[in-house]
Amino acid sequence: MTQVTSQQVETHDRLVARPRRQWRFARGGDGPIGWVLPALLLALWQVASATGMLSANAMPSPWQVVQAAWRLTLSGELERNVGVSFLRAMAGLVVGGGIGFALGLANGLSALSHRLTDSTLQMVRNIPHLSLIPLVIVWFGIDEEAKLFLVALGVFFPIYLNTMHGVKTVDPQLVEMARSYGSSKSELFWRIILPGALPSIFVGLRYALGIMWLTLIVAETIAAQSGLGYMAMQAREFMELDVVVLAILIYAALGKIADIATLLLERRFLKWHAAFAAGK
Amino acid sequence: MTLASSNAPPPATAAYDRTAGVSLTLRGLKKSFGAKTILRGVDLHVPAGQFVAVIGRSGCGKSTLLRLVASLETPDAGRIALGDGCGDARARVMFQEPRLLPWQSILANIETGLGGERRDPDARARAVEALDAVGLADRAGEWPSVLSGGQKQRVALARALVSKPRLLALDEPLGALDALTRIEMQALLERVWLEQGFTALLVTHDVCEAIALADRILLIEDGALALDVPVDLPRPRRRGSVDLAVLEERILRRLLQTDASAPEYAI
Repeated sequence: MTQVTSQQVETHDRLVARPRRQWRFARGGDGPIGWVLPALLLALWQVASATGMLSANAMPSPWQVVQAAWRLTLSGELERNVGVSFLRAMAGLVVGGGIGFALGLANGLSALSHRLTDSTLQMVRNIPHLSLIPLVIVWFGIDEEAKLFLVALGVFFPIYLNTMHGVKTVDPQLVEMARSYGSSKSELFWRIILPGALPSIFVGLRYALGIMWLTLIVAETIAAQSGLGYMAMQAREFMELDVVVLAILIYAALGKIADIATLLLERRFLKWHAAFAAGK
Repeated sequence: MTLASSNAPPPATAAYDRTAGVSLTLRGLKKSFGAKTILRGVDLHVPAGQFVAVIGRSGCGKSTLLRLVASLETPDAGRIALGDGCGDARARVMFQEPRLLPWQSILANIETGLGGERRDPDARARAVEALDAVGLADRAGEWPSVLSGGQKQRVALARALVSKPRLLALDEPLGALDALTRIEMQALLERVWLEQGFTALLVTHDVCEAIALADRILLIEDGALALDVPVDLPRPRRRGSVDLAVLEERILRRLLQTDASAPEYAI
């Protein structure tokens, strides 16, 4: 009876997994029922276009949008532009998020670092980053650096603030316990502070993803020669409204995909938090 | 020494294995927080393996005393010595709150108690053994959040004991538990203390609990030791026995004597 095999431990893990599902439902948005409304709206839209209630000059029908998608896929234009936009978004997220995460950790952990940099960063934070576009165009032209700079700046702040907040609000009782139980500094970080800050860091990531797409759309619309925003602007020039609508829908889909990715990450790394909420 | 649970009655007091414990000596211990003096010179010697209960009103400085002994605070003046000052004099604290890491399994939480030895090859086996000793071996892989308050404190006890401490400082660990769970936990505490022989320093506001468990009761008043009573009653002590009641009455009377608002009636 003294021996607990790893097999038993695994079984217990699976047993506790049950509250996780409840949590998922509580969060909402998932499951087939969430798709009923979008499907209904789509059907309504198609009917309105087909009956002429919706003028083809103002709004293409869903079917026309599908055709546009097919046409652009065949020509390779769609994949290229989506790929370019996706890469820009990810590069900006990695650069800006990485710096924000590192500074958030540093300022959460070290009072000196906080005193040195935080008030400066808070001042910069109050500048709407899109207001820098004219300046950025002068600095970088309409090359990749301009987009990278704007996206990185946009995602930096939510990740910085939430990482710092997460680190600062880790339960001091747990830190005291770990210290008095002989944990080394690195153990303290990896076993107490980082896991404790993780829920807050994920909140930051979700905010950052929203800002990431928004920034990219604006930047690509104003100053780009490729990408989804550029594709939409070009289409407007030729009054190809189906392509414009297609670009908008792809932005929505990309946003949704980013959201799902975060959700999966949260489920992977915050398993304990799910059980925590259900156990309350 | 084994941690395996046994229902055999504990041996007579004199036969306890006391070598596992470490002695504790305090000399002129002082501590203030700002303008408020908490401890004004405490002198104390606790022999190895003794179970000492520290009682007192809330705010009297008993928790501060424990935090000083456990190196959670540094004294303003005075000296704290564990054992003869050389060798491994490991002290562990059991807190009032369980302080379990919600993101670690119960077994991993216990491994936290090993500190630097957590990477040793036998760490897992030791954690499993400690968990078994508190009767929760079948919950090893679960999250702490699914446990009841009493079970969480049992895990916290296992975590404190897994490193085989020579001094265990207990800061009102049973304060938040319901009456029945408290009694169970007191029995468990006594059992592991008898089996492992560590020196125990229990801070509590419950006189009854102090009498049930301790070899010796210290009363702290106004930041100084006001009373030092040996409890020479055989173990296991029977709840509600006359000897216990007499002693409890004596200590309570001493505690109430200093109360500014004296009771309207005399006992």
